[in-house]
Parts: sequence; C-alpha cells; structure tokens
Amino acid sequence: MSKKKTSKMVLMQGNEAIARGALAAGLNFFAGYPITPSTEIAEILSVELPKNNGSFIQMEDEIASISAIIGASLAGAKTMTATSGPGFSLMQEGIGFAKMTETPCVVVNVMRGGPSTGLPTKPSQADIMQSRWGSHGDNPAIVLYPNSVLESYELAIRAINLAEKYRTCVVLLSDEVLGHMREAITLPDLSKVKIVQRIKPNVPPEWYKHYPDKQKYRTPVASYGEGYRFHVTGLAHDSYGYPTNKSSEVGVMMERLKKKITHHVDDLIQLESFMMEDAKIALFSAGIISRAAKEAVVLARRHGIKVGLLRPLTIWPFPEEAIRKYFANIKTIIVPELNQGQLILQLKRSLQDISDHRHRNIIPMQKNNGLLINPEEIFKKIKEVR
Amino acid sequence: MTPNNKTFKNELRLSGSGGQGLITAGIILAKAAVIDRLNVTQTQSYGPESRGGASRADVIISNTDFYYPEATNFDILLTLTQEACDKYVVNLKSNGILIADNTQVKSIPLVEAKVYEYPFTDIAIKKLGTALPTNIMSLGFLVKITNIVSEKSLKEAVKNSVKSQYVDLNMKALRLGFKLAEDNMKNKEKK
Amino acid sequence: MKKIPQKEIHKYLRHNKKFPHVWCPGCSNGIILATIVRAVSELGYEKDNMAMVSGIGCSSRMPVYVDFNTLHSVHGRAIAYATGIKMQRPDMKVVVVTGDGDGTAIGGNHFIHAARRNIDLTVIVINNSIYGMTGGQYSPTTPFGDLSTTTPYGNIDPVFDICELAMGAGATFVARTTAYHALEAQDFIKQAFEHKGFSVVEVVSACPVIYGRLNKKGDAPAMMEDMKKRAFPIQAFDKLSPEDKKDKYKRGIFRKEEKPEYTAQYAKLKQSLIKQEGVADDSE
Repeated sequence: MSKKKTSKMVLMQGNEAIARGALAAGLNFFAGYPITPSTEIAEILSVELPKNNGSFIQMEDEIASISAIIGASLAGAKTMTATSGPGFSLMQEGIGFAKMTETPCVVVNVMRGGPSTGLPTKPSQADIMQSRWGSHGDNPAIVLYPNSVLESYELAIRAINLAEKYRTCVVLLSDEVLGHMREAITLPDLSKVKIVQRIKPNVPPEWYKHYPDKQKYRTPVASYGEGYRFHVTGLAHDSYGYPTNKSSEVGVMMERLKKKITHHVDDLIQLESFMMEDAKIALFSAGIISRAAKEAVVLARRHGIKVGLLRPLTIWPFPEEAIRKYFANIKTIIVPELNQGQLILQLKRSLQDISDHRHRNIIPMQKNNGLLINPEEIFKKIKEVR
Repeated sequence: MTPNNKTFKNELRLSGSGGQGLITAGIILAKAAVIDRLNVTQTQSYGPESRGGASRADVIISNTDFYYPEATNFDILLTLTQEACDKYVVNLKSNGILIADNTQVKSIPLVEAKVYEYPFTDIAIKKLGTALPTNIMSLGFLVKITNIVSEKSLKEAVKNSVKSQYVDLNMKALRLGFKLAEDNMKNKEKK
Repeated sequence: MKKIPQKEIHKYLRHNKKFPHVWCPGCSNGIILATIVRAVSELGYEKDNMAMVSGIGCSSRMPVYVDFNTLHSVHGRAIAYATGIKMQRPDMKVVVVTGDGDGTAIGGNHFIHAARRNIDLTVIVINNSIYGMTGGQYSPTTPFGDLSTTTPYGNIDPVFDICELAMGAGATFVARTTAYHALEAQDFIKQAFEHKGFSVVEVVSACPVIYGRLNKKGDAPAMMEDMKKRAFPIQAFDKLSPEDKKDKYKRGIFRKEEKPEYTAQYAKLKQSLIKQEGVADDSE
C-alpha cells in the first residue's frame, strides 16, 4: 500500500478490501482455488503479492490450498486463503489441523447459497454454524463478519492479527453481496494501525517448547529453518509437539486450546449497538442483513416505534455476556438472517437461563432464496409484532 | 434532482442483459460520485453467464448516511432490454425517471414516471460503428438529464476506468449521450 | 556408494524422545529412514535447513524420529504442506515421506500437480502394497489377486505404477529401488536431493506382519529375499524374455532431466516485478 492513498476517498469492492486489508496486516503468502464469489481476492493478490516480495500460488483444490498456507505459516509467513461454501467444506480438516497445531492462518469464506453447489452468484449467511462446528472434534473458533467495505478492510487486518496473536486459524466471513459491492471509503492511516508480529524465541534450541505449558496465549514461537527443529503433528501432543496418548498430557492440551479463546472473550468480541438505549424492540442481525436492519430501525423510529439494533462483528466466540446485558429488559427480539435459523439458535441458547426468559419473544425472520431481506420487510415485521 | 443544501438519496438501477456493460456503467457512475465526494454504494446481480442472461447494477448516491446497499424503489431506472424493463418498472417511483433503449424495448409501459426513450444501441452502431459503448452513451444521457453527478466527474471516471485504447471511443459515446440529452431539453423548451 | 557407519546416523535422530519407534519387527521403514539419513550425512546438509513432511500412515510416522524441521500433516496432503514450506523458504531442502496409499490414493491429486509444477521437493514413496496403519486394506499398489482385509476374495483393482505415474505427470527425477538394495536407495535419494526439481524415489518395502501374513509371503527375511530376486536393474530387465518378466519389476533411475524449477521461476517473476516497480518510482 502506498502511503499517499491512505487519506484519500476511494471506491473499493468488498473482496478487494479484504485483499488489501490482509496486505496491510503483512500478508505474505496466499494459496487458493477459484470459486465464486470469492475469486477477486485471489486475483488481486496474484497481482500484489509478488510485487511485495510475497508469494501467490493457485493450488489444485481447496484442500491443497489450506494445506499450503499452513505449511507456509510454519515456515514463517502470514498466510490466508479465500473460498466459498463448497471449498470451505473441503478445508475443514485443514482448519482443524491449524487449530490443533496452533498454526496462524486466515480462511475467508464469502458465503453463497447452499447446500451443495446451490446459488453461486447469490448471497447467504448459511455458514454461521459451519464456521463454528465445521471441523471435527472440539475446537476453538474465532470468526469475524463485517457489514461494509471499510469493515471488510479493517476486519481482514484484525483477522490476520488475531491469527498471529492467538496462534490459530481465524475465519473471516463475507457474503456475495458484501464481497461484490463497491463503496466509497477512506482507508485508515496505517501508521496508526497495530500489526501483530510473532515473538521469536531466544532460548537455546534444546529448551524450546513449541507449545506453552501455561495459559499464556502470546508465547515465543519459532518457524522452520530458524535453528529450533521442532516437530508438528495433528496427533495429540505434549508441549514439545511430540505425539502423546497420556490422558494427563492430552487433557492439558485440550483445556489450553479451549481456554486461550474462552479466557480472552473481551479481547475477541466486537459488537455494534444502534439506538438500543431506549429500545422496546431489538433487531439482532449480522453481516449484510444488518444493513437492512439498520435502515429498518431508522424507518421505524421515523414512525415513532422504539427499535434498536445489536450487531455482532465477532460471531464466534459468541458475545453471550454482552448480549445478555443488552437484552436484559427487551421482550421482543427479531432475528433477520439469510438462512433457516442459525444466529437465532445461538441467541436462544444464550438467553435461555435468564429467569423470565419464557416471557421473551424471539422472532425468526429468514430467507434462503438468493435475495436479501430488505428494510421494508423488516419494518413490516416490526409493525406486526409491536 | 439534486437541489443544494438539502439531503437527498437517489436509488438507480441500470438493467439489461449480460455483456451490455451495465455493471461497468454502474462502477463508473459510482466512481464519479466518489469524485463529487458523495456517499455511494454499488451492487449488482448477475447469473452464471458472461454474455446474455439478466444483469443489473444498482447505484445509490446520497449526501447523507444510508445503510441498505440495494436499490428497492428506484428514482431512476435505465433499461436496455424489454425483459428488464417489464421486470423492474413496478418498483420505479411515480415521480421517478425511466430511460429506455427502444432498440430493444419496444413496448414502453404506461407509468406516471417521466419517460425518455432513445434507440441508444442503434445510435451507437450508426455514429460510432459499434454497439459496445451503448452503456456509456446512455449513462451520459442519464447524467445530463438528472444531474445526479457532475459531468466533469463522470468524464474523469470514464477516463480512469476504461483501457487506454478505448478512452477515445468512450469519450465520444459520452459526448453523444450528453448531446442527445441537450437536444431533448431544448426541444422541450421550444414546446 | 559410501558406507556411513551406524553411529553417524545417531547425529540425526531425536534420542530424547519417542523411541522405541512404532514400526513392527521386520518392517522396512527403519532401513529407509537410515538410508535417508545416510544420504543427508553424505551430502553434509545442515539439519537446520532440512524439513521432513509426511501425511498419515506407517511410513508417515518417520518425521518425529529425525532431528530436522518436521511436520506430520494430514492424510494425503503432505506434498501440499511441503509446497507451502518450499514456497516460503526456497532455500530449505524439503523432503516428503509418504506411502502408496497416502501418496497415490488420497494424495494422488497433489502428487501429480506437484510433479507438473516441477517444484523442488524430494518425495520418497515407501511402497508396501497395503494400508498397514489401519490393519491391512488394499491400496492402489496391491497386486492383482492379493488378499487384504477389504479384498477378502482377492483384489480385482489394477495397480498404479508409481514411477510411470510420476513421469506421466512431469516429474524430472524418477527412480525405483527396494529396501533390500539399501546402498542403491542411499545413492538414489542422494541424487534426488541434489536434483533441482520434483524428484520421486519409490522404495519397495516389506510389511511382513500385515501384508506378508495375509498373502503368505513368509517372514521378513523371506520378503527381503523376494525383493532381491524380483527387482532387476533396468537393462537386465529389458533383456528378460516376456515370460520371465511377468513376476519381475525394474529398479533404477528412469528419468533425470533439467527443466525450469517452480520456485526459481517464481523468484525470477518477483525479481522482474520489483525491478519494474523500482523504475516506476524513480520516474515519479
């Protein structure tokens, strides 16, 4: 990124913003496989990475793509791949491997209609749950979902930073409309954006442990070829990385993988609240549909109806505690989403043990035919349930 | 269309079939709006075809904040095919503007909105020797009639967006579009 | 071929960890591990500069025992992981250890595409004709008619010739030997390491405990004896009568040729772009 451009307003596409955000965060390796509607990310990085002393490679499939970025990350690169639903499904084993081996990488999933080949050129939000539970076995998840071109840029930086900081695979969600839409944005001043770099070990090689014993998530980490000659395996492993079957060692490893996320929820979650202060009805929505919801809030307020919007930018870990606070006194919540009920499922789980929960009305609003839910439809629903 | 010192939000849909360059036209219009320092979003809908099939680009231009990025009730609808015209005209505001290319749109619907019809494609073939810049010509017409962005910014946006070997052709098409709109306005004054 | 003493091997193993190894008595994997280490020793490669990558299976357990930068990845994908390492660190020597199932069934796609790119990886395919780790299912190299736990009536699948597959896909160094011919294996692996491009060494190996037992091939020495009898050097094989060829196979270097290597090509591309950018900056 040249510095001159940073203060200027530009028209940028969502997918381009993800590519440029990742570059701003220091991305130096991308492997991918063409799939609509994510392909622009690969196309832009095939131009930019070799010019910035990075590498781009188009692999033979999505499985190879996730594998290559994990390999490159172990060799010291900041890495990313981008795909959509079918490719995201193929990557799940590799995503689990990255989490198990605590190897930083970012997977972008520009969601399209599913299941199967589905609607390649239409938006959906039907991978909310796959992004959490897609890979086998208990595994921690950090998943971000922007709702604008500027946020796509910002959250791409954040995704790379969080992957490096927490040593895990971070998923960045987008969708067909957000990925392809263009908006006038002013890019942030990069000199003020914090970029996370790996901390290098300085212990003698024989003391080096690739996996920390304690809960600390920021530990020195070596890359291949730096003299530490460590072992990495997807098998359950001890703190050196060597395979183990000992229940005592396996238990410690699994707890640490879980707690490095659950102990840092405050650092991980981001929420936008809009006109929630005096709201009697709340909308709960993420990504592209939250923009229709926000417009609906404005419409409803114009008609004197007290409606607010709560929007998670971090989908996983689910911002449960914060949501419970915001919704403590709200009796009616509408959940517009482009799927058959994924966000609403988690919202209900999060609120179910609040004492008067049974009096709370949580209303689904779902579409999965390739069209967006528009502000008028949400406004109509608000009037219905008022 | 864009009175000074007043908030406005114009929703446009440029519609036709794949290969007519409507998404390109939408992007160019959005770039012009950026040069004018207006808020803008541009979205699109397309099928699997690069050529043929339904295609549309939405542009929303405003001097204030707005959130939903797709056009729902259009202030301006440009259609280059009958199919697109029939499909989208129902969401055209009654005080809106319909611009139709009657090379293909043979049956103009009866609407309250103001209607402009010109055979843009035929004119492009006749005057420029190719139908390719029909998108830019009709965009020029649209901008001159509606004043939605400044002509200067639109010219700059076209120059920045098309490949260098096609700049001349597209600038000619743009001027042709401006000219058609000027003639139209003059004729009205005479009446 | 230089004979490297046993104690030299110890310099390249991780003694503090994880021995004894997982392999059954009579398995060829230990011999092949030793030939790889001897080749590295003979070439004088720095351990810090060596990466060994594997997938899943018996042979893929090898990396944990060697004192290199090691990666035991997921089933079938070792070559794709290795591609990422090599792209990021073209200066490192990257060796992939895989089996017949890991490398040519689940990993077949990555195998052929890496060969097509001619990326500088050395892939050692340890071919024991069976899925040993999961208890003896048939693989793409299980001979016709043989028994496995999933071919209880005899195998009807035709086999892959791994070397032909590699050559068909564009590999620029291709060789086959056996665990019996350990010194030859050491030589071929050494040549493969020194080759700039995608190199494949197929090492025919013995799995006496599973494959051998199911197919009545005798004990480990008998299976080694079998390799000695049936694996013929290329020229000797070609002289055999069609009848004699039937139960024999060729060993030797099938291909060794120079072609542009992938990471070198990419480095060249980067160089030219960085130069262009530099020129553009000066003119501003």
